[in-house]
Amino acid sequence: MLDTFTTETDAPKSESSGPISTSSEWTFELIQDYDRAIGELAEEFGLDTYPNQIEVISSEQMMDAYSSVGMPVGYNHWSFGKQFISVENNYQRGLMGLAYEIVINSNPCIAYLMEENTMTMQALVIAHASYGHNSFFKGNYLFRSWTDASSIIDYLIFAKNYIARCEERHGLDEVEAILDSCHALMNYGVDRYKRPYPISAVEEERRQKEREEYRQRQLNDLWRTIPKLGEGAEEAAVRRFPEEPQENLLYFVEKNAPLLENWQRELVRIVRKLAQYFYPQRQTQVMNEGWATFWHYTLLSELYRRGRVTEGFMMEFLQSHTNVIYQPSFDTPYYNGINPYTLGFSIFSDLRRICENPTDEDRQWFPDIAGSNWKETLQFAMRDFKDESFILQFLSPKVMRDMKLFSISDNDRENEIVVSAIHDEDGYRELRANLAGQYNLGNREPNIQVYSVETRGDRSLTLHHTQHRRRPLGKDTNEVLRHLHRLWGFDVHLHSLNGEEITASYHCPELGRDRPDREEESMLVPKPI
Amino acid sequence: MSYIIDRRLNGKKKSTVNRQRFLRRYKAHIKKAVGEAMNSRSITDMDKGERISIPTRDINEPIFSHGAGGHVERVLPGNKEFISGDRIPRQGQQGGSGGGGGAASDSGEGVDEFVFQISQEEFLDFMFEGLQLPNMIKRRLAGNESFQVVRAGISNEGTPGRINVVRSLRAANARRIALTSSKRRNIRELELELEQEENKDPALRDQRRIESLSGEIAELRRRIDRVPFLDDFDLKYNLLVRQPRPRSRAVMFCLMDVSGSMNQATKDMAKRFFLLLYLFLQRSYEYTEVVFIRHHTSAKEVDEEEFFYSRETGGTIVSSALKLMRRIMHERYPASEWNIYGAQASDGDNWNDDSSTCHKILIDDIMPHVQYYSYVEITPRDHQALWEEYESVRTLFPNHFAMEQIVDVQDIYPVFRQLFSQKVAA
Repeated sequence: MLDTFTTETDAPKSESSGPISTSSEWTFELIQDYDRAIGELAEEFGLDTYPNQIEVISSEQMMDAYSSVGMPVGYNHWSFGKQFISVENNYQRGLMGLAYEIVINSNPCIAYLMEENTMTMQALVIAHASYGHNSFFKGNYLFRSWTDASSIIDYLIFAKNYIARCEERHGLDEVEAILDSCHALMNYGVDRYKRPYPISAVEEERRQKEREEYRQRQLNDLWRTIPKLGEGAEEAAVRRFPEEPQENLLYFVEKNAPLLENWQRELVRIVRKLAQYFYPQRQTQVMNEGWATFWHYTLLSELYRRGRVTEGFMMEFLQSHTNVIYQPSFDTPYYNGINPYTLGFSIFSDLRRICENPTDEDRQWFPDIAGSNWKETLQFAMRDFKDESFILQFLSPKVMRDMKLFSISDNDRENEIVVSAIHDEDGYRELRANLAGQYNLGNREPNIQVYSVETRGDRSLTLHHTQHRRRPLGKDTNEVLRHLHRLWGFDVHLHSLNGEEITASYHCPELGRDRPDREEESMLVPKPI
Repeated sequence: MSYIIDRRLNGKKKSTVNRQRFLRRYKAHIKKAVGEAMNSRSITDMDKGERISIPTRDINEPIFSHGAGGHVERVLPGNKEFISGDRIPRQGQQGGSGGGGGAASDSGEGVDEFVFQISQEEFLDFMFEGLQLPNMIKRRLAGNESFQVVRAGISNEGTPGRINVVRSLRAANARRIALTSSKRRNIRELELELEQEENKDPALRDQRRIESLSGEIAELRRRIDRVPFLDDFDLKYNLLVRQPRPRSRAVMFCLMDVSGSMNQATKDMAKRFFLLLYLFLQRSYEYTEVVFIRHHTSAKEVDEEEFFYSRETGGTIVSSALKLMRRIMHERYPASEWNIYGAQASDGDNWNDDSSTCHKILIDDIMPHVQYYSYVEITPRDHQALWEEYESVRTLFPNHFAMEQIVDVQDIYPVFRQLFSQKVAA
């Protein structure tokens, strides 16, 4: 049944009843009509979505939403205020159009329409957010297994209220200090390999008391300082805490920091949970935006083909669409990294082409999917990948050629930068692997783990940074350590390791008058040259 | 199924709290910017909002990131002439850390300042923060004062708009209970009798008695039903009364020397000072009036325009202005009703024997009635007799009299802050 609606069927369907609207003014009835038309079409294409909740808001409200990272209910923090001020400024000075859309991974899926937009833009946003993103949230494995769309709003409300209560009880400054520190470590508050329990506000509140008591017991155990009689010295030397390095710094702090009060631990936990919630979004940007862009394009083009929208509508739509997927080349002043909309859209569009009109090259590169059903293939690509694996799997030579991608190798031991691969027969595979690596969060963020805690001595915490291709830590490192120090309460050390060799050490509080960024000669293992 | 919701009327100031948090955190920066703005502003937009800029590094939110160095592979779009194996000489810092990481990474290392606008209200808050009008505010009731409407309980009369539904229904209920209780009791007794009668053996029943009982009951019920549900005198109204509201009001006397020795620049400085004072008074009092008095050898009350811009020259007799102020105070601003502030600006030139007259007028007639009197001397030169006479006034009224010297435009705001900085327990 679905197949009757592929683009090859040229004759417009008989039920199409002329354009839905001809003016650019929107009304609630028209939004409903468009939503129905787009929704029906999406169903024909096999998109599986949460129910939609479409909210019409004003530009001020959009700025509000924008500055709270799209959370519909956010706790209060100055950094959101900063975000708001800069959004407001840019908007007022006309530097920035507001985002077309904000969509929240929740059930029902909430999308915002701005009242200033024309009917065309509203339709574009509905197609993009309410059907594109929505189906991605529902389908992609990361979102399915790592976030719980039905409970996020409740949890946000719980967090907001809890933090407000803490502010009343302990003062703004205290709470702000802890939140600042947690935000600094937010990217390290994520379990990468372990699926977290779904969050639920009710459950949170019920178990919060329980947790407080339990934690206190645990801590006491960990910090028991009275030596047991007859315990061998060698055992103490061997047993390290934690036994395995820990990647989730915030979790480690929450469970083990000796001096934190219970409410402070709760705050750490809240930030950690939010980090976890946003983690899949950070890993699927290209796919998510690409998917949504592909579908708004496909859905609205199909509407046009069936005569449901006018040519004026299409002109306006195509102009916005072209803006969205504009990719400035690397040497223009506008270049700001690879546009995830462009990359994602190109890959998904090309996938469809490979399925429908495969060339010899495609058959050689994608023997499994060339000529297959495009809708099933795209669904498969959307469901079971994240950016890194998606690019590695589906970036086709044609897309690389179209985007004129090339890879450079910047090695600080060489005087010159080398172009290591370009979009030609020899370079495709390397290019693809490099681009995929660029989206690997593990490469993008420094790999920092809790290595050990001096449980019997000064309670200092030692972190290890395992370097990825000798890349050193940035200049904020000492700042971040200060935040970690605030949470941990005792000395914090961070060693940056290249293999076995410590190339840089950071300490908080700083050792003596040592410049923090200077290498510590004493700790250097002789360099193997 | 989609739900479409119109949220446009919902609150739009959700971020206000966060904005306030931000301002609170960067108070020091903003205060500094406000202070600087005060000096560079033109007089007419003294009380507008202000652009504040904060160095980005100060509001940075640090995270662990990669620094420059190491071995980085980067994929870029838009290749034009490169082929693999090309070597490109390094040109300074290329890209930023992780610059190829897509839009998710920070957009390079911006060294720009973080610039934003604060509103007029916020600007004034920062401008006058920590300042205090010295000790006293008189509140007075005068004839044409404003009224405040307050609730004053319940009354039996009023307009339909003020009806108190709960009280009215409660009164109605009470009346109904009172008017019907005896009848209800009767009904209960009759019903009991009726029941007894009916429970008797059919042979012994007195049918006529049953009928008369039923009739009586029905009659009573009818009478109960006739008691109205709501009667006129049940109605209760919320009573509102108008209370006169004490209002604080202030008058500010601006006294300026316009003799030949005052040039446009000094007048401008004086004006800035007056304006600051005026804004400050306006924030503290609900109603503020300003009296402009300018003087050379004789004093004259003028309007604002003339005060600042008309040109006149002549010698200087400061006491003439003080005398005029004394008269106006006496005639129009009785000290019992007004908070009176005096601000005088001069370059310190005066007829020598006049200074002692000034001293006398101030001490005898002005200082006892004013809340605060401030004198600024705008001169780079040494002080003259007037300053010395005023100093002795200050020793007599240490809490009500202040004097400072201003040399440069830059001094105005600091001097102002100094004059009105909060004093611990006056």
